[in-house]
Amino acid sequence: MYTFSGKLKTVSLVLMIIGALSIGYGFFTAPKTTQDVEQAMAHDSGHHGEEASHGAPSHGDTAHSEEHSEAEAQSHLEHLLHQGQNRPWTAFFIAAFFFLMISVCVLVFYAIQWAAQAGWSIVLFRVMEGISAYILPGSILLFLFLLASGMHMNHIYVWMAEGTFDPSSENYDAIVAGKSWWLNVPGWIIRSFIYLFVYNIFRYLLRKNSLALDTSADIKIYKKNFNLSIVFIVLFGILELFMSFDWLMSLDPHWYSQLYSFYVFASVLVSGITTIALVTIYLKNKGVLPFVNNSHIHDLAKYMFGFSIFWTYFFFDQFMLQWYANIPEEAAYFWPRLIGSYQLPFISMLVMNFVFPILILMDSDFKRVPWFVVAAGLIILTGHYIDVFQLISPATVGDSWSIGIPELGSLAFFMGLFIYVVFTSISKAPLHAKGNPFMKESEIYHY
Amino acid sequence: MSDKVIHAIYDDDDVLLKAVKEVREANHHIEEVYTPFPVHGLEKAMGIANTRIAITAFLYGITGLGFAVWMMNYMMIEDWPQNIGGKPSFSYAENMPAFVPIMFELTVFFAAHLMVITFYMRSKIGPFVKASNPDPRTTDNMFLMEVPVTGDEKELETFLTKTGAVETKIVDKH
Repeated sequence: MYTFSGKLKTVSLVLMIIGALSIGYGFFTAPKTTQDVEQAMAHDSGHHGEEASHGAPSHGDTAHSEEHSEAEAQSHLEHLLHQGQNRPWTAFFIAAFFFLMISVCVLVFYAIQWAAQAGWSIVLFRVMEGISAYILPGSILLFLFLLASGMHMNHIYVWMAEGTFDPSSENYDAIVAGKSWWLNVPGWIIRSFIYLFVYNIFRYLLRKNSLALDTSADIKIYKKNFNLSIVFIVLFGILELFMSFDWLMSLDPHWYSQLYSFYVFASVLVSGITTIALVTIYLKNKGVLPFVNNSHIHDLAKYMFGFSIFWTYFFFDQFMLQWYANIPEEAAYFWPRLIGSYQLPFISMLVMNFVFPILILMDSDFKRVPWFVVAAGLIILTGHYIDVFQLISPATVGDSWSIGIPELGSLAFFMGLFIYVVFTSISKAPLHAKGNPFMKESEIYHY
Repeated sequence: MSDKVIHAIYDDDDVLLKAVKEVREANHHIEEVYTPFPVHGLEKAMGIANTRIAITAFLYGITGLGFAVWMMNYMMIEDWPQNIGGKPSFSYAENMPAFVPIMFELTVFFAAHLMVITFYMRSKIGPFVKASNPDPRTTDNMFLMEVPVTGDEKELETFLTKTGAVETKIVDKH
């Protein structure tokens, strides 16, 4: 049995308070009118001239030449205003999505362990269940964000803008209007609700059965969880496709990619496994996981290594196919990332998510050293946060991005909430899942 | 020093593993153990050092990667930089994504093949190499431990029988 240490609780509460204040500060300081944007531009004028020419191709080629008219200047300001207003929302969305999907993917990994009847991972089941406890608060917060977007409180999803589907409007966009059978707010909200509902209901059922198995050791409950896991894996696989189309790909409604869902899944799955490893090592250091030996850590590190490469494979497949064919409507997606203002996060994420894991986690002996796995895990998590950042931010904030108080504040808030929820849940049940028929095998597991 | 060895034959891998431990504890040198299949934990019981073949594979992989980069940089960028379908052949970095499949494959190719060849060379396996098997039954269901005779051979033989050997024989090694 684990008791939530007071120190960690304080840390998580402090993170949450600092985070909430920073989120509030981000919303408070976001520009309200075009005058605010003009003022901010005047503040760093010398710097901005350079930025504007950088950003030019994304606004159209002629907009920034000397003779641009008053109306064009006004529309440019409005564009910048929306980007500025989007910044705190984007920061919130990135962190909310990242932490929610970490816990959902931990649940997926957990279901895979059930369905595969894995023998090694049973001693980690309670850790995985604990991490997946974050799904409920995480999905409530994310759903609130989605509702706010659907109610036009922000400009995150451009296809929601007034008049996009209306041919008589000057906002009319024929390409996006052609997708309105899928991309419309009511359908989108209903689908989002279904995704979140499925995550929550399966987490609830799997956890309930797992706890019931603890006291009764009834094989019927075991079989029930086995079947539930298979259903969950299949459902998740299907819904994940549409989830990433709806939440992330529709940020750029002109662009599409078939690999996108797998890419997003690989990114959050490796983060989820890394989180399992980090929490396991933390609990082991506390001495509450007596049966976890370095073979279990070794296995988790192998998964981190393997799925890092899995992620790289999907990243490169998607990138290289579009880079090679260079069809303008596809290449426009990669322009800000590869050449434009997102070059630094884009390249550094590749180094953190591929080069570091492959070099650090290749050696078998290193994978058994906890501090080594922790170091690699922190690099992987940072890298995948940046990955989610570069998935979302170019479409919503554009060239006005930076990593400052709103971004770090959101990250701190969700990290605090995550730590609080996860460790509260872990402290609620014994860490030894007794009734599982594979428990003995897992206890003496040795690689 | 005589060049006689004792062949102790076992019929069970668990007995063999225990025997190996006992023989080593009694400070006898084990020349070789022949088994029909991999016995898990045998090399640890015999105290054989870990293999370094994974390290060689890593180095071979880096060699392959280097070879691929050098080859394509020379052919596509330096020697004859043509415009092929608008691909930017000004520098290696600019056209790098197009080269990655070859870089990857050559890395795997070098790592895999050179590692296998290293394995063959180090364990002296080849098409016309004479089989070094002292007893044909060790390819089927028997385990054979070869211990060089130093001192009293009768004593050694009874010791080995006590560890569970079903058959012992003293052989002259040429």
